[in-house]
Amino acid sequence: MRRAEIVTAGILAVISIYLMWKSTELDIGYIRGDGPGGGAWPFWLGAVMLISTGFIAFNWVRRTSPPSHSSAPFLDDYGKKMLLLVGGGVAGFIALIHVIGVYGAMLVFLVYYVRFLGRHGWTATIAIAVLGPVTTFFFFDVLMRIVLPKGYLEPLFIPLYHIFL
Amino acid sequence: MVEILGHLWDGIILSVQPLNLFLIFIGVVLGLFIGAMPGLGSVNGVAILLPATFLVPPASAMIFLAAIYYGAMYGGAISSITLGIPGASTAVATVFDGRPLALKGRADLALVTAALASFTGGTIANVLFTAFAPPLAHVALSFGSPEIFALMVLAFATFIGLGGDDIPKTVFSICIGLVLAAVGYDEISGAPRLVFFDITGFMHGINFLVLAIGIYGIGEMLWTIDSTRGKMTMTEARLTVDGIISSTKEAVRRGWKGSMIGSFLGFFVGILPAAGATPGSLMAYGVAKMVSKNPKEFGQGHPGGVAAPESANNAASTGAMLPMLTLGIPGSPTTAILLGGMVIWGLVPGPRLFTDQTEFVWGLIGSFYVSNIIALVINIGFIPLFVWMLRMPFTILAPTIFVLSVIGGYAATQDMHDIWLMLIFGVSAYFLRKLDYPVAPAVLAIVLGPIAEPTLRQSLLMSSGDPMIFFNRPIAGPIMVIAIILLLLPAFKLIYDKMRGKKPATAE
Repeated sequence: MRRAEIVTAGILAVISIYLMWKSTELDIGYIRGDGPGGGAWPFWLGAVMLISTGFIAFNWVRRTSPPSHSSAPFLDDYGKKMLLLVGGGVAGFIALIHVIGVYGAMLVFLVYYVRFLGRHGWTATIAIAVLGPVTTFFFFDVLMRIVLPKGYLEPLFIPLYHIFL
Repeated sequence: MVEILGHLWDGIILSVQPLNLFLIFIGVVLGLFIGAMPGLGSVNGVAILLPATFLVPPASAMIFLAAIYYGAMYGGAISSITLGIPGASTAVATVFDGRPLALKGRADLALVTAALASFTGGTIANVLFTAFAPPLAHVALSFGSPEIFALMVLAFATFIGLGGDDIPKTVFSICIGLVLAAVGYDEISGAPRLVFFDITGFMHGINFLVLAIGIYGIGEMLWTIDSTRGKMTMTEARLTVDGIISSTKEAVRRGWKGSMIGSFLGFFVGILPAAGATPGSLMAYGVAKMVSKNPKEFGQGHPGGVAAPESANNAASTGAMLPMLTLGIPGSPTTAILLGGMVIWGLVPGPRLFTDQTEFVWGLIGSFYVSNIIALVINIGFIPLFVWMLRMPFTILAPTIFVLSVIGGYAATQDMHDIWLMLIFGVSAYFLRKLDYPVAPAVLAIVLGPIAEPTLRQSLLMSSGDPMIFFNRPIAGPIMVIAIILLLLPAFKLIYDKMRGKKPATAE
């Protein structure tokens, strides 16, 4: 935890500097008759962020913040596995949307999570994995007219469009 | 006064006619679900259903749309509490305490508090609206950019001064939220700004929902699974009649103060042009925390932390109608659409509306009272259903929340770029949260950023760059002074502790 604290503060400081540098693409000074330039607001916010990371580092040296004197690992084995299986699962879900659309990806993700991570029976899994996309389709595509992406599965939905839209 | 009551009575009679009552009922139920769905807020519901109302007379149409607006304000709390994802920007602050309550198995208490607070907020706002509509509209107009900016500073100051979190980390969190809100186009010069690595997805800015859902939907879930080692049981909320009654009593006892603060503050912030229900609810939360005897309990699951934002967002939604009807200036995106509807129906908003279209105006005001009661009843009626949802095994609830997060994020902006961004924010929030970075201020900041920056720049333009403009105006000055005192509060506390020979407050 102690090492993670200072490494994170370092990364955040770099991000702050990057934001300040990026802000200078626009005017960061006061333009007469125009008010502060477009870059001023993010530039000074970036500066405050940088100062904050300085204080975080200072507290780290003094060991005053709880993570700076904690010897617990930042990510233990469980945390790593969880991040890989759950976080990776969500990333896979989002990636699949590009290919087989929201509804197909939702079905795959729900089966993956409920059956393989949750270890529920197939009956429950299928019920949830089918009910989820169907309800979503009626709420978003049909009722709210927000067309969610279908990816390569688009042709399968054309008959449904004819019936409901 | 008697005249006003007479008009109000006629209005209530009008709104309980079978057609109107039916429309109110349908509107409230639809609004409740639209509000509860992450990614959709009252603005979506009202915009989509506006064309459907051309079949009925204008007064009924307006009553229907107002009922959706009302229902959505109640509904936003539901997903904030049960799923931990804000259903709409107006319900962001409800997550802060609603979520911890649900995790403690007190979802019923949080939901009852939200419903009662919403009702209180709505009712107080209705009374204020009925009695003081025209004069208040003029007070609101005297709020210029410096006043609004001062209010924004006050909102941030409450988080820093009273948050109780690590101060540099809180400041960092606020600033990064404000910077993320600045991504996209510079509103004044029109130049692209902070388009990171020239990715075009950043051109349209970062919708607050992308950050809010990333943090509360994805980051919070990862954090919950990690910290409970996956053996999470969401809630054991008992749902007996006695349980509900005792929850109601507790909600009243611990939430009334928050409700009062939220109702008045929310109503007034709602009236202000360009402010609306979201800043209203966030500020109400801050103020309720500030005046509470136990500010430390806020964020850990205090009913007052649910009551304040919930009463405020309902009060603000009524408040926002005020400048729309009396001056023709909408106070929120939803009222802007309602205004559009009124113009289509041939009604000209403005001072003359109250004299020329008495029946329409008072029918609408009457319907606020009726909608409010109906929304309360429907909402309480649905509580068992929402609590039952929470009793699903966590391994079913968690994927449901992930799915809702992704769809909600997509529905808000309809861009896959934002979904990836949401995942990045979620994972970062999970890491930062492990290191005690408060994440709520970032969400507050990204919501208020689009109000704070333009008002700051306009103020400085008005004063030719002199920051004293925030101090030498009669309304902005006192607000700014209070904000600065709050900002310095942690420093005072440090000095005070040092003088008493204690260790500094940060060393825990």
